[in-house]
Amino acid sequence: MNGLVILIPVALGLGLAGLAAFFWSVRSGQYEDLDGAAMRVLLDDEDEAQK
Amino acid sequence: MKATVFAVPGMRCAGCIAKLENGLSGTSGIAAARANFSAKRVTVTHDPALDEPSLKAIIADIGFDAEPLPNDLVEDAGAESRMLVRAMAVAGFAAMNIMLLSVSVWSGAEGATRDMFHWLSALIAIPTIAYSGRPFFASALAALRRGRTNMDVPITIGVLLAAGLSLFETAISGPHAYFDGVVMLLFFLLTGRWLDSVMRDRARGGVTQLLRQTARGAYVILEDGRQRWHAAQALAPGMRMHVAAGERLAADGVIDEGASEFDLSLLTGESAPQKRGPGDAVLAGTLNLGAPVVVRATAVGADTAIADIARLMETAGQSRSRYVRVADRAARWYAPAVHTLAALSFAGWMLAGAGWHHSLIIAVAVLIITCPCALGLAVPAAQIVAAGALMRRGVLVKDGSALERLSEVSSAAFDKTGTLTLGRPTLVNPDAVRAADAPVLLALASASRHPLAEAIRRHFDAAGVAPALLADVTETPGEGVRARYRGHQVRLVRPEASRDTGMASRFVAGDTDVLLRFEDALRPDARATLQQLDALGIGATILSGDRTEAVAETAAALGIEAVAALTPAGKLGLIRAMAEDGERVLMVGDGLNDGPALAAGHVSMAPGSASDVGQNAADAVFLGDSLSPVAAAVLAARRTMAVVRQNFALAIGYNVIAVPLAVMGYVTPLIAALAMSGSSVIVIANALRLRNAAE
Repeated sequence: MNGLVILIPVALGLGLAGLAAFFWSVRSGQYEDLDGAAMRVLLDDEDEAQK
Repeated sequence: MKATVFAVPGMRCAGCIAKLENGLSGTSGIAAARANFSAKRVTVTHDPALDEPSLKAIIADIGFDAEPLPNDLVEDAGAESRMLVRAMAVAGFAAMNIMLLSVSVWSGAEGATRDMFHWLSALIAIPTIAYSGRPFFASALAALRRGRTNMDVPITIGVLLAAGLSLFETAISGPHAYFDGVVMLLFFLLTGRWLDSVMRDRARGGVTQLLRQTARGAYVILEDGRQRWHAAQALAPGMRMHVAAGERLAADGVIDEGASEFDLSLLTGESAPQKRGPGDAVLAGTLNLGAPVVVRATAVGADTAIADIARLMETAGQSRSRYVRVADRAARWYAPAVHTLAALSFAGWMLAGAGWHHSLIIAVAVLIITCPCALGLAVPAAQIVAAGALMRRGVLVKDGSALERLSEVSSAAFDKTGTLTLGRPTLVNPDAVRAADAPVLLALASASRHPLAEAIRRHFDAAGVAPALLADVTETPGEGVRARYRGHQVRLVRPEASRDTGMASRFVAGDTDVLLRFEDALRPDARATLQQLDALGIGATILSGDRTEAVAETAAALGIEAVAALTPAGKLGLIRAMAEDGERVLMVGDGLNDGPALAAGHVSMAPGSASDVGQNAADAVFLGDSLSPVAAAVLAARRTMAVVRQNFALAIGYNVIAVPLAVMGYVTPLIAALAMSGSSVIVIANALRLRNAAE
């Protein structure tokens, strides 16, 4: 019983943290351009690095 | 600072993103540019002094074709999907956590522990139901207000009753709570809703990136002779518009100065260009092919000929809005059946003397078990998989009901210009040009934006010819292109008026002097597509606004019947007459003149090269030159509906087994949860078989 007092809030807290992270990622537009995000990995930003 | 969104269909690689963003942000007056690769759009934040045509020119200099998108198209896209995905995430999170607690209850937690777990479940479930259930509650309320019932009514009643009863069970330390079942039900149903909504968004995004603006505005000549860009809404009768060659008219008007040829195909279906001089009337939406002209606007906005067609379309589309989707047709008998069944089991157990509490638990179990989880997923899951397959094939379907209607088609009507034909000139006699002259001709053609020059460029580009290096290139609008090549003059000009040969162009280089002929060629696979449709039991007719001779030629080449010289209202009338004969007509067309017919057809398709009116009125848009996607779409739609029917059978079969168990009172929350997820997974797996439906 004592273990549950800690474990249940921990389980719920982790779940809530995941949910909050998902909400944040939707709101900040991370799912708006999935194909583009895959493409941007390939861009080399040398120009900006030199500046 | 002002933000303008441009559709850039040519964005195809990682390099394009960098080129666009770096190229644009490096220009003065532009604060930032952000490309969205999935939607093929660029959002440019810029100084308000820069107008749309100059931004378009800047993007063209970087090497991309771009079209500005009106704001209302950009803004609310995806709002519904985002709301649904949030509701789904919350329901999913809650379902997982409640399941975690329920597993402990099922594996034997008792007494105080079980009560605590039930209370915790309630704590998670109640806010989740309040948040994630809103789409269903709202829809059920709206249906009840109108005195009707839909799929959402049993869902709402089931969810609210089960939640209330579980809360009561929890309060009296009862053994069973249904919180897990309720929340999981919401999760599965929201998944179905979300899939449906994503499909509509994706197709809508695909269509908006294609929209070819009929005309967003015009350069108006001010009193002091300067020119200023006016958006189409800001034009007023009496304004003098300067319309360059290659531009579309933004308002109806009368030509003040200059003479030119106009492409009326969008409005009338007539493929040969028409000559218009001072004093002649010209209509909004027509394309100026020849020389720049000054047009005095006579009718703008809602008064133009285009707006008349739009009004005709609105009334024509009403018959389609009465179409009832498969899922709603199923709901019509499903909802009352579920209510009756639940009420009967309640009454039955009461009569058997089980007490109201036990009877209510069984009634709720019946409601939850019959709640159309699998049914709610059956249709959208099949449709989104099929729409994805069609999208890879180059067909964008606007919504699920379009697929349903497409599968029922019994007869097809095609427009000619731009639909059966490519709607743009193609070079007929390229062999008349000697191989040695081809690079010179290509270089001359590349210097002009005239449709005939573009036809030449397309042909020789595709043939792999590299353009020659020319000097002193000059283009005279309405006349042609001249340049010097290795010391002597070369020309690509319009033929003299005496040599009237339809669409033609004269190429002179040294001792070469050839007349290049053009025609509006049939789309590749046009004949094969019509044969395929015929094999599916769908007969085809041509409905065209073009001259009788021109239509007869195409009809003979394809071996189908044709009606020519039709007005937009005439096409609409014929489609309605066919519908009254009991035919379900697939209308395929591209122009403004097809708009009313497209809206009146049982279902309609437009090519990607169509006017924006055509694309908006159509249920599906097919890309590329080939006509074969039309037949592929009909076939895929029929396969989809076959899978939907199988899914219905699976869902109903599951109910046939599960409902008697529930009525007899054998269904515990564990069984309900397992049965629900099991049937949903089977339905989704069946829908996945449609992955290659459009091959």
